[in-house]
Amino acid sequence: MAIRVFLLLLLFLSSAIVSFSLYEDQAGLADWHQRYIGKVKHAVFHTQKTGRKRVIVSTEENVVASLDLRHGEIFWRHVLGTKDAIDGVGIALGKYVITLSSEGSTLRAWNLPDGQMVWETALSSAHHSKSLLSVPINLKVDKDYPITVFGGGYLHAVSAIDGEVLWEKDFTAEGFEVQRVLQPLGSTVIYVLGFVNLSEAVVYQIDSKIGEVVAQKSMVFPGGFSGEISSVSSDKVVVLDSKKSILVTIGFIDGDISFQKTPVSDLVENSGNAEILSPLLSNMLAVKVNKRTIFVKVGGEGKLEVVDSLSDETAMSDSLPVADDQEAFASVHHEGSKIHLMVKLVNELDNVLLRETIQMDQHRGRVHKVFMNNYIRTDRSNGFRALIVMEDHSLLLLQQGAIVWSREEGLASVTDVTTAELPVEKDGVSVAKVEHTLFEWLKGHVLKLKGSLLLASPEDVVAIQELRVKSSGKNKLTRDHNGFRKLILALTRAGKLFALHTGDGRIVWSMLLKSQACERPNGISLYQWQVPHHHAMDKNPSVLVVGRCGSDSSAPGVLSFVDVYTGKKITSSDIGHSVVQVLPLPFTDSTEQRLHLIADTVGHVHLYPKTSEALSIFQREFQNIYWYTVGADDGIIRGHVMKSSCSGETADEYCFTTRELWTVVFPSESEKIISTLTRKPNEVVHTQAKVNTDQDLLYKYVSRNLLFVATVSPKGAGEIGSVTPEESSLVVYLIDTITGRILHRLSHQGCQGPVHAVFSENWVVYHYFNLRAHKYEVTVVEIYDQSRAENKNVWKLILGKHNLTAPITSYSRPEVFTKSQSYFFAQSVKTIAVTSTAKGITSKQLLIGTIGDQILALDKRFVDPRRTLNPSQAEKEEGIIPLTDSLPIIPQSYVTHSHRVEGLKGIVTAPSKLESTTHVFAYGVDLFYTRLAPSKTYDSLTDDFSYALLLITIVALVAAIYITWALSEKKELSEKWR
Amino acid sequence: MAPILRSTSLLALFVCHISLFFCFFVSNLPISSGSEDSYTITGRVRIPASTVIGHAAKFSNIKVILNGGQNVTFLRPDGYFTFHKVPAGTHLIEVYAMGYFFSPVRVDVSARHHGKVQATLTETRRSLTELVLEPLRPEQYYEMREPFNVMAIAKSPMGLMVGFMVVVVFLMPKLMENIDPEEMKSAQEQMRSQGVPSLTSLLPASR
Repeated sequence: MAIRVFLLLLLFLSSAIVSFSLYEDQAGLADWHQRYIGKVKHAVFHTQKTGRKRVIVSTEENVVASLDLRHGEIFWRHVLGTKDAIDGVGIALGKYVITLSSEGSTLRAWNLPDGQMVWETALSSAHHSKSLLSVPINLKVDKDYPITVFGGGYLHAVSAIDGEVLWEKDFTAEGFEVQRVLQPLGSTVIYVLGFVNLSEAVVYQIDSKIGEVVAQKSMVFPGGFSGEISSVSSDKVVVLDSKKSILVTIGFIDGDISFQKTPVSDLVENSGNAEILSPLLSNMLAVKVNKRTIFVKVGGEGKLEVVDSLSDETAMSDSLPVADDQEAFASVHHEGSKIHLMVKLVNELDNVLLRETIQMDQHRGRVHKVFMNNYIRTDRSNGFRALIVMEDHSLLLLQQGAIVWSREEGLASVTDVTTAELPVEKDGVSVAKVEHTLFEWLKGHVLKLKGSLLLASPEDVVAIQELRVKSSGKNKLTRDHNGFRKLILALTRAGKLFALHTGDGRIVWSMLLKSQACERPNGISLYQWQVPHHHAMDKNPSVLVVGRCGSDSSAPGVLSFVDVYTGKKITSSDIGHSVVQVLPLPFTDSTEQRLHLIADTVGHVHLYPKTSEALSIFQREFQNIYWYTVGADDGIIRGHVMKSSCSGETADEYCFTTRELWTVVFPSESEKIISTLTRKPNEVVHTQAKVNTDQDLLYKYVSRNLLFVATVSPKGAGEIGSVTPEESSLVVYLIDTITGRILHRLSHQGCQGPVHAVFSENWVVYHYFNLRAHKYEVTVVEIYDQSRAENKNVWKLILGKHNLTAPITSYSRPEVFTKSQSYFFAQSVKTIAVTSTAKGITSKQLLIGTIGDQILALDKRFVDPRRTLNPSQAEKEEGIIPLTDSLPIIPQSYVTHSHRVEGLKGIVTAPSKLESTTHVFAYGVDLFYTRLAPSKTYDSLTDDFSYALLLITIVALVAAIYITWALSEKKELSEKWR
Repeated sequence: MAPILRSTSLLALFVCHISLFFCFFVSNLPISSGSEDSYTITGRVRIPASTVIGHAAKFSNIKVILNGGQNVTFLRPDGYFTFHKVPAGTHLIEVYAMGYFFSPVRVDVSARHHGKVQATLTETRRSLTELVLEPLRPEQYYEMREPFNVMAIAKSPMGLMVGFMVVVVFLMPKLMENIDPEEMKSAQEQMRSQGVPSLTSLLPASR
């Protein structure tokens, strides 16, 4: 009976539409959200005497942000579109932040205090070119000097007040590329200097009010320029010639142009190619030559003179005026684990205004950029602060010999994520010690009870939050029973590996990749290298970090093995061949190191680890190793198989040649591959069979070798709006990667990409755009095994006439059938993921990263091909939802609740030990982590569970028992007296 | 189970709150200096001043997205937005604001009529005469805590247990009283003879 009730209850629970939902006071308990901006490109300080001190930055992640100079917090920030790279940033009129983006074609003004966009102006541009933003520094706020912008062959003057284009000059016909715009203070004439075809220097004098050319001078320089330019004063610039060996000073006093050539070899002996560094110093320029930085002073008549030279590892800031016509600049160089910050006067390099030495973390690498700002101390002397950008993209503020604040901006460009376990808890430390006394414990629970009954005052709510965070012990650095505490390993584009704690998102350790072959390898991907499970339990788990020296795919790779517990590098090797694909094999050696194959550009594969044991394991499975490559450009998918050891030229027994086994060629005139996807290799499937409502069995076709491919017509590969429904069609394929057999093909007429898909168990869900309905659509395809469908008869099973014990092989031709269904979806999607649990029993949820940078949890039951318009009673009991034409967006099922994961790029899920719960980590410019229970936490009590109420009930019950006992005894006594 | 029911009812509540005033207009301002086939789409986002949730309608956090991320723009203080250099064709505009749900808008930019624009809400299939985008419904990301309620406590498993105890303690004696004393006695004797332990004998202090 009890079992029946339990089953009924289960049925009842499963038929309910379980949505992720959270009370407002639960926000931040299991989740955390971190805001980043990315690697800073430009920084402009705004440190007026009144108001908050801030710095405006623009970054490589297309973010414009205002940071608090005191604490480094973000006042406001805006993430521009992915194609809207910021070219320049400035402050106009003391109240607007001006950004120039999209190669000089979009100019926007943002309100400085709150970041509200004030105006936006589209500027005409004819072609792609370098762009230039020049915001006048006007000392008188009432006078409106125009902002001058050059981009795409046009020079524009834009009013800073309302963004109106005052005038524009079309230079496209002349091929004139503006290099510098100089605006002498208080003058309405601006000087526009540029090159025509990099061989002719042209100076225009333009009236900035009306845009009329007052004067124009040009002069041909026979050698040609290299395009690197440094303006040293209001009437002189210095450029390099095309051979990078002669410095040319161009003077344009009163509109006359004069050239003055100085070979670099006159300045430095044995000089190679020179390079003009970007910092703008007054009457001086910094040139990098022979791996040293030399400072060249530019005299009154354009005479060049070397005044100082520094080691190569020096970063410099632009010069900025300090008192009495003096200009100063900051330089930072490394010495061991310390960095030295020096501020010198430009005119007197021996006069060091400031010399500070700061201890610096080795794992930040070298200094990339320095931005300097000065302030007046109380004793009227100059104080300096420097904002520095490190090699790992972190941003630090240095002031008075200390790091005032730092931001780990590397985490804004995460490229790959994996999870790792924490060390097992040692004896002597137990979670119970967190609860001090029974009284405090009870008090805490009474508080919680008050909270859940809405009787709590605001102070109580704060106390409850603190208590919850404290009592959960979620921030400890040891493993817990439920597997809630884990490490998230995130590899960033800068080649730094971070370990984040799931409890609060803090950085447990971080490590910068290093290599002998190149200065700084890029991080590509992360793999689980060694996960001690049964054997080698004394070893710490480790991960394999694959990096590359340079951005080209043929660049040599770098492998690093990192201990997960300590964050120390175990070994690192320059492998000498390129890395195209890394294939983790399903074999481990006796120390539980996983075997990996790395394919290079030449068509060879290399086995790692390079041990004889690994080799013998590999040799045993030599015939059974297959893999595939996707050529998105030529539309061919190729299957490969091992052939033999690499022949003669390299005596490397861990190198193997391969041969092509099959190819799937898509006709290039009608189909273009836009998306491919496989199942996660470590996914757990709980059951192969699926029971229908009519007691029918369906066998899932669960194969690790299925590849989902989506192709569109070449015309439809562009953006929405560029193609009509008749011209575009979308075709999806399911391909077996062992044999190259196409198991299923489905075509959608009048549809186009982008396709975002997720593949799990025996189903694929993908999102695309339907041009006819002009709506997004989501389609689910489930694939079932037909060959085993006959095994339903009990007698067959008993008599052994079934084929369940027949080996399943990927070589045979599988008999499969598919079911599919499509729905509308009301939002654009950036990425889709699926929850994963330890045993795969819990029902699954799709995690849809929307274009609004939120993550929506959608139950898999909403995308079930068995949904019908009017489900029968039996189907309803099974939990089949009536068919609707569009998928619901329930606001409470946003797992990110009131946060946005700006610039969302990917979602990673990992199982916890508790079957009901899964870890979800989303990364983009921001990071977000939460724990999800797709079918609610059926295997543990929730945080809300009111122990106090339970206790009170027990006390009440005990009291009631005693009262009844007393009463009954009394009654018995009176009866005896009778 | 309970929160689920609540969420659906809330949803229904929101739907009721939608003001059924939707008017859209897409201006047709072709770029005068640009090339022939690129146009400008100008529109406006309007959020009702007072909403169910009371989210401060901050324009600075609202993004307007063309064609699923091809262009992203922001709102001016007066709520206007502009997409420049849009080619003729059928486009999709989406508005993202925390706390609100906006329907995507299908926008047809006509090449024949110099960038004349027609807009339709894809969710409700309502065509717009003026480009004023209003939220379809506000979004509440959190469950609402139900106010303190005696019935909720009484319905909880523990409440039921307490209730059952109360029944046993106070109503059972009443029931016992109604039984005929002789019948009662005979029943008690029967129980004693069978050795069924009474409540008193179960407790250690009953001796």
